[in-house]
Amino acid sequence: MMNYIWFGMMVIGVVVGVFTGRIEEVTQAAIDMARVSVEIAIGLIGIMALWLGVMKIAEESGLISLIARAVKPVMIRLFPDVPADHPAMGSIVLNMSANMLGLGNAATPLGLKAMEELQELNPEKGTATNAMVMFLAINTSSVQFILPATVVALMGGVSSQIFIPTILATTCSTVAAIVAVKFLEKRKRFAVEGAAVDSADAEGEGEGKE
Amino acid sequence: MIDSITLAMNEVAKYIIPLLLIGIPMYALTVKKVKVYETFVVGAKDGFTIAVRIIPYLVAILVAVGMFRASGALDLLLQALAPMLTFFGFPPENLPLALMRPLSGSGSLGLLTDLVNEHGAESLYAKIGATMYGSSETTFYVIAVYFGSVGVMRSRHAIPAGLFADFVGAISAVFFCKLLLG
Repeated sequence: MMNYIWFGMMVIGVVVGVFTGRIEEVTQAAIDMARVSVEIAIGLIGIMALWLGVMKIAEESGLISLIARAVKPVMIRLFPDVPADHPAMGSIVLNMSANMLGLGNAATPLGLKAMEELQELNPEKGTATNAMVMFLAINTSSVQFILPATVVALMGGVSSQIFIPTILATTCSTVAAIVAVKFLEKRKRFAVEGAAVDSADAEGEGEGKE
Repeated sequence: MIDSITLAMNEVAKYIIPLLLIGIPMYALTVKKVKVYETFVVGAKDGFTIAVRIIPYLVAILVAVGMFRASGALDLLLQALAPMLTFFGFPPENLPLALMRPLSGSGSLGLLTDLVNEHGAESLYAKIGATMYGSSETTFYVIAVYFGSVGVMRSRHAIPAGLFADFVGAISAVFFCKLLLG
């Protein structure tokens, strides 16, 4: 899937760029974005270190498992493959809470921590597990109860009007995400084995990463 | 009523991070006698490795998205989709943002700014746009970063599911804004 989407976006970019006479902009975008990617990653180091440090304290003090236990009934239904008392459950809940509160900065480190813990349970290291996909789908459909600061800044006094529509829309998209994941994970197309065979050539590198 | 709730929630949001930063170590130190400083440093060490590990994945996805955006392919897609969407009551003015949202965070914020500047924050277009922006995430970026951080390359159904959720989110944004604010 990723292979086609990635290659497809670049091919469309180049072909359309030739026809619209914007091929120079396309080239420039490729070079600029490569640089921006590194800037984003480097910019993450500090904030990642901060939250991973705080998370470690929360973990050592037993706060994470405390939280995980509190929301266990919901979590075991969403993530049936993850043991109920696994630390990943706690990290997932914390990431979701950070997203709900609009704490984007804290959400990413917490989410990456959750991914690391989910990866420990993954027998096929280069391939996503059902739990990972469910986690990401809920994450990208972002249930949020605090409007992003950027939106409040832009919309001013009108921002309070969009509060309820935003919550309703985000709830719909989260429900859609959960239903879609549960439906698609059983399809043969998206089976773990199929994914592995599909791009067996990338296998070696995948293992090397861990 | 809603005015004051929204304001209050955004006011409370200011205190959440500082509270977490002192609250968690306080619990650990006083209740569980955890060596908070040493523990913090051990955890923080991973920050560097994870950030560096996601670089190749970020470069791959952001370059592809950047090339796609710069070519003007989005405008072509827009022209093709506009007549059909108008038929279903989806305002064409909000389509660029709906298409951009899963691809680029800064790009969609730029489009939202355009909507506000062109039609005013009071307009339904701006309200729908802000709702779309606030109710979704940059799907491709999140998938690249999250999977990249653990070296997962075969994302299986993550993209179709994520895009389906974005699609439902965009339609719901239009629906609820028209219903409640239109």
